[in-house]
Amino acid sequence: MLSTTLMSIFFLFLIGGGLFVNSLPIMQEKGLWTLLTTSNWRPFKGEFGFASYILSTLYVTGIAIVIALPLSLLTSIYIIEYASPKILRAFSSVVDLLAGIPPVIYGVWGTLTIVPFISESLAPHFVEFSTGYSVLAAGVVLAIMIIPLIISILMEVFVAVPKEMREASMSLGATKWQTVKKVVIRKSIPGIIAATVLAISRAFGETLAVLMVCGNFTDLPKSIFDACYPLPALIANNYGEMMSVPQYESALMFAAFLLFFIIVLFNVISRLVLIQIDKRYQL
Amino acid sequence: MSIKKLEEKIFKGMMMGSTLLIFGVLLYILYIIVKKGLPSLSWEMISQIPSGGFYLGKEGGILNAIIGSLYLIFFSVVISLLISVPVVMYLNFTLRKKSRFSAFARLTFDVLFGIPSIVYGAFGFTVMIYFGLQASLLGGIIAVSLLIIPVMIRSIDEVAVLIPVELIEATKSLGATNYETIKVIVRQLLPGISTAVLLSVGRGIGDGATVLFTAGYTDSIPTSLAQPTATLPLAIFFQLSSPIEEVQNRAYSAALILTFIILILSFSARYFSRRFSKNKI
Repeated sequence: MLSTTLMSIFFLFLIGGGLFVNSLPIMQEKGLWTLLTTSNWRPFKGEFGFASYILSTLYVTGIAIVIALPLSLLTSIYIIEYASPKILRAFSSVVDLLAGIPPVIYGVWGTLTIVPFISESLAPHFVEFSTGYSVLAAGVVLAIMIIPLIISILMEVFVAVPKEMREASMSLGATKWQTVKKVVIRKSIPGIIAATVLAISRAFGETLAVLMVCGNFTDLPKSIFDACYPLPALIANNYGEMMSVPQYESALMFAAFLLFFIIVLFNVISRLVLIQIDKRYQL
Repeated sequence: MSIKKLEEKIFKGMMMGSTLLIFGVLLYILYIIVKKGLPSLSWEMISQIPSGGFYLGKEGGILNAIIGSLYLIFFSVVISLLISVPVVMYLNFTLRKKSRFSAFARLTFDVLFGIPSIVYGAFGFTVMIYFGLQASLLGGIIAVSLLIIPVMIRSIDEVAVLIPVELIEATKSLGATNYETIKVIVRQLLPGISTAVLLSVGRGIGDGATVLFTAGYTDSIPTSLAQPTATLPLAIFFQLSSPIEEVQNRAYSAALILTFIILILSFSARYFSRRFSKNKI
């Protein structure tokens, strides 16, 4: 039993190490800084600049968080502080279902609803032409995908705030909303940040759904109605054909390592914060 | 009305609004998938493999993808169970409940849980290259197992932490052997294990990015571990990118089939965990 445990812990280091070793050749050849800051992507001429992919990932994630965070905050406060236990139970099924829907289904839904909506109704008010496969479409689909994650963590965080604190505030004459605002939310700020960081790392790595609605176009997007090309989509689209150019393989491995590194870092930080919150209120 | 009251009213309205919105989005997703998928859903879709010209809109179905996904998830679940159950037992019953090592191990599994499927896919592919494997059922099984082991460990662990250590002491003091003690614990863990299996089947069967390079894609049903295999998410993905309308319509009905499977899994997982929480109290 110890050996299986050690083995499964070892997976994490094995994956990180494996990706790192495979991305070493390109890092040594081009230098980390050039890889991250230039945006010329011509694999067959040996030019590998990740800047536009990294920026695409950041734009898409940014939009997703801007949409998802306020909605999740409002909803989870309502569910925990105001709603009846019946609604609480019903809503946790909703969260479970949303979390369970596979990425490819979100992708199908996005191409059927969000993409045409953007290209036909929304974009014409702002830009001359948009196919709808855009930063905005990817952001909206991602937002819906990370909402269940944020809500389920936030609900735990809010529940962890001791009842006595709420009662103390109410007994001093504060209204329910004042209590929520000044006690519950203030006490939960580390948890809210942790939930956000976890959601960011989830959004960074989401592949198939984003791939289906983002347009996959290498140029830097000029507006949110332009197509973009986040890192996971880059890996997914090019993996099969990169075998002929050894540098290319290493470059894609570097993309995977970059994702791995950032996501592990974010996860460790936010999990440690959440563990602290758990400890503080449990004892 | 005072400003205080007005502020509370406005915020409460917004909260109810966003709760309804999220509920509405779920219904809207399900509605669109059913509406688009139902018209071209037929018995042929789920009972036949693609025939010649399938991708030009001729006859055939996606039985290859359905069977492929089932093979893949079956073997992955068996492998991950064999790894997860001993890990959870070790963390909860061999170690003390609050040991540093188990805290570290849990953190690691949380982090592994957060690693995106594309990274598992890419890593699985490099391992396969290293061992000289082609895209195959075996490759897919390795990658999907890596993906669902953390899901499984975390969800069995949630149940295991609730089992008192005294239970083991009691069985041992009655003269039970180690094997008999394990039987007692496993019986206590069963509801947790069944929920974990359903959750990880849901996660594994719906994920396309892990199997994209590792399992490949083929029109036939694999007969050995070394052959590539089709999977449902990729069947949807590839058919949707076709310019031909019939093929796209099939992608929609494949999406409906996958959604249906996920819904059943999700409801049964809830049923099991609810039944378990009744026993607990």
